This record gives sequence, C-alpha cells and structure tokens, in this order.
Amino acid sequence: MEDILIYFFTYKEAIFIIALSIFLGIEVISNVPAVLHTPLMSGANAISGVIIIGGIILVGHADVSQLSIELILGILAVFFGTLNVIGGFVVTDRMLEMFKKKKKK
Amino acid sequence: MMDTILGTINGVDFTIGETILELSYLLSAIFFVVGLKLLSHPESARKGNFYAAGGMLLAMITTILLHKNESGQAIGLANIGIITATIAAGGLVGSVIARKVKMTAMPQLVSFFNATGGAASALVALLEYPNADPSNTGSMLVTILGLIIGSIAFSGSMIAYGKLDGKVGDLTAGYMKYINLLFLILVTVTGTWLVVSNTPVEEMQWAIYSLFALTLVYGILFVMPIGGADMPVVISLLNSFTGIAAAMAGFIYNNQAMILGGILVGAAGSILTILMVRAMNRSLVNVLVGAFGGGGASADQVQGIIKEISVSDASILLSYSQSVVIVPGYGLAVAQAQHVCHELDNLLEGKGVQVRYAIHPVAGRMPGHMNVLLAEADVPYDKLVEMEDINPDMPNTDVVIVIGANDVVNPAADDDPSSPIYGMPIIRTHEAKNIIVMKRGMGKGYAGIENFLFFNDKTRMLFGNAKDSIQKLVTEIKTL
Repeated sequence: MEDILIYFFTYKEAIFIIALSIFLGIEVISNVPAVLHTPLMSGANAISGVIIIGGIILVGHADVSQLSIELILGILAVFFGTLNVIGGFVVTDRMLEMFKKKKKK
Repeated sequence: MMDTILGTINGVDFTIGETILELSYLLSAIFFVVGLKLLSHPESARKGNFYAAGGMLLAMITTILLHKNESGQAIGLANIGIITATIAAGGLVGSVIARKVKMTAMPQLVSFFNATGGAASALVALLEYPNADPSNTGSMLVTILGLIIGSIAFSGSMIAYGKLDGKVGDLTAGYMKYINLLFLILVTVTGTWLVVSNTPVEEMQWAIYSLFALTLVYGILFVMPIGGADMPVVISLLNSFTGIAAAMAGFIYNNQAMILGGILVGAAGSILTILMVRAMNRSLVNVLVGAFGGGGASADQVQGIIKEISVSDASILLSYSQSVVIVPGYGLAVAQAQHVCHELDNLLEGKGVQVRYAIHPVAGRMPGHMNVLLAEADVPYDKLVEMEDINPDMPNTDVVIVIGANDVVNPAADDDPSSPIYGMPIIRTHEAKNIIVMKRGMGKGYAGIENFLFFNDKTRMLFGNAKDSIQKLVTEIKTL
C-alpha cells in the first residue's frame, strides 16, 4: 500500500496526464461519423506506434559491441514499431485519399 | 551547446538538450490530439493524419539526437546507425505493404499493423524488466501490465488477421470458455506474483519469459472463438489494448508523449468498441465469452415458404421502381461484388431510379468496413445512409436488395423476445414494398438463427454468388 502511494507521488504528473487524456480521448472522437470509423481506427493505431520511442531509447543505450539476445529483441522492437507507425499512417492516408476523390465528383 | 546547463531541479542539473527534448514531446503530444480531432471530421481527416504523423516524426528525431540515459550519456553513433537502418528497413517494408495491399484486404491490414505495435510494446516491457526495481511495486506493475497487454494485442491481432484473411477458422467449442478462463487465471497469478514477489530480477528471468509465453497463448485463445459479426468489436478492442500497452511503456520511461499518445488511442478504441457493442445491443462480456448461437425455441419454428425470383423478373422490378435501397453485408466483400454493385446502381440511376445504400454499424468485419469497401468502388459517400436515417424511409422504398447481409436485417430482433438477437437495432427492410435477398444458399447467418425476413410474403430470393447475380442483373437491365 505504502509502495503504491510513493509511486503515485513520484509519478503524479504522469498519472494526471493519464486521467485527463482518457477524457480528452473520449471528447475528441465522440460523434465521429460511421464513414470515418475505419480511418480513425487505423490512424489511432498508427499513433499507438509511439512505442517506437521506447524502442529507440532501448537500442540507443544498449551495448552494441557484441550481438546479444537483448540487442536483437530491441532492434526487433524498433522494426515492429516502425512498421506500425509508417504502415499505419500510409494506409490511413490511402483510405482517406479514396474518400476525398469521391467527394469532389 | 546542447550540454549547456540551464538550471537545477531538486539538485539535478538539466541541460538545453534535455529541455528541447521535453519541449518536442509536448509539441508531439499536441500534434497527436489535434490530429485525432481532425481525423474525426470528413473534410479535415487527411490533414489530421498528417499532423499525427508529423508529431511522431518529430518525437522520433529528437529522441535519437537528444535522449540521455540516467548517467547522462547520449545515444552513441553506432547505436544511431543501427536505429536509423532499422527504421529505414521498417519504413520501407511498412510503406510497401500499406501501398501494395488491395483495398479489400483493409481489415486484415489494420489488424496486422496493430499486431506489430503490440509486439513492440511487449518487447520493450520484456527488455526493460531487468532494469526495474523489484521493491518498487508501481514500476513493476506498469512493466508487467505493458508486457501482458502488449502480447495479448500482438497474438490476438495476428489471429484476427488470420481470420479476416480466411487462413484461420473459428473455434467455437463450448470448452473454450473454460480453457480461456484457466489461462486468464494463470496469467493473472503469474503477473501478480512477479509484481509483488520483491525478488531480484535476475532470479525471475524464467518467470518473465513464462509470462510472455503464457500471454501470447492467451491472446490466441482469446480471439479464437470470436468471429463473424463480432469481429468489429474485437478489432477495436485490440486497437485500444495496443494504445494502453504503449502508455504503460511511457510510464517506464516517464515519457509524457508516449503516455498521452497511448492513452488517447486506448480511450478512442474503447469508445469505438462500445459503439460497436451497442450497435448489436449486447454487452462486451457477452461478445467476449461468445454467448451467440443456439437460438431460442421459437427460432426454429419459422413457418413459411421460400420464394425465388428469376433474374429477368428482378430486372423488371428494379427498372420500374422509383426508390431502391441496397443493404450490403460481409457477403458483398467476400464476393468482391462492390464494383459490379456500383455499376448496377449507376445503371438504375440512369433510368431515373433513386438508389441508396443502407449501412448498418456492424455490417462487415471491422468498424466502417462497408464504407471503405464501397468507397473503393467509387460509390459517392452521400449515397451511403446510416441505419437511423434510412429506416424512416423504408415503407416508401419500392425495392430493397439485401446483398450478403443476414442478422442485421432479421426482424426477429424486433418482435421475437426469445431470439438471441432480440433488441439489436436492425435495418427495417421488412417494411419495404419488395425485398430481394441475394444469398449463396439457405445457410444461417453468423448468429446461427433463422431469418424471418426470408419467409416474408414480400421477399424473393435470388440464389447464387453475389457477383454473378449482380452481373446477370446488369446485363439483363441493359437489354430492357
């Protein structure tokens, strides 16, 4: 119990961010029209690729003088994270381009 | 210059570089929020996607250039080389996949990219575990949660990908419920133990890898029994999992951009999940445990005769109507009939018939699936009408064509309290003057229940592959 309280105090800013982002997330996407369900999901999916920052930090400070399992898994994390980010944004753009084209007709 | 010390907080110096890095994270977080906001309006959606991507790029670049570990060391040159090469490779593979894959494979693709995000989160948590302090319950908790949620998102999304791609079948056996429960307990117990055991991490390596393996298996088992019409729910749920897993990793690094980005996605995904669940009038637990199937007693007692219609009769009926509504379902996607369907609607419009599409929120296999499918076939999106808006017009509609949809048009949802889908909002096709149902055979829908609509006096069945049937209609109508 004491641990949790200490943790809360140490990370209070982060915990505030969490609490407020939940409301923000709900507010920002409420009333989204059904046409945009797929692109929104796909775009949000790309944002969750923000985990790549973790991967970069991990590999950034890893010992690269020799090839260890940790290094390989870290590189894999960066690779997967990039797939998520780049693939996600590109595919969302492709979808939205399709919608846009139709609108002008 | 980046190492110039700006000031001191609690006895720790901070430099210009660190300040710029934090500022860039703030900027990225703002870009994420604005991007997501713009993404939820049709006119600004594309711009929103660019903003979010820009925020991500900024955070990636500043992290590589300015990040320092606790002992104040910057990222080494060799490390930067490896990171850049990996990102280049991932970016190349990702953009090629995203550009080359057919638009109709969109649900699979979204699932696949979601899986990669989950995998990255799980790996980061796994690798950060040895650096965690076992006596700090809070930091153990976020690490373990990040690992669990990330690996479920990964293996679950891979199974969802396999199902949508037709490579993996559904496993709906009743005992799956118990196996799943067993694994859930195993995961929870192992996870809790790892959080509270307060044992040096070196001695717990085997446990963390076991937990990793257990959760991967659990993710597979969790998605295996869920299928068909419930896929949109699972896909948006897994999407929100990936966001939450990224936020947990944000805690490990005390990185605000990661926390905010992850939680935003988690919240957005949860909302979408709730929307989908509501569109089926079911609870999330009900979807996950998979209580569909079976069917009430009266469901099997449908009395009536199935009446077929010939292509030429259907063509005449359609050509001389004033208002036609097409109700697309997953069957349209499977038959790849969206282009020929658009041809049919153009042809009819040319004859002065008003043609619209009625879109049920859970038609297809992901949220908004029908919209993407029809957009690919160049159907203007003002022709796609949402369920609530089209239903009042149903009694004035001359012909409704149901293409590959089943449960979303079953009147049992309205008037049979014993039906498993009772209470689910449906497109009220049975109120139209004539109904043509295109179907491959007399099979039941995903819910495994009889569709009263097929036995309706106003209903005519047009059996066969949807694409062939519509093609024949198009050919026939052209000769009229």
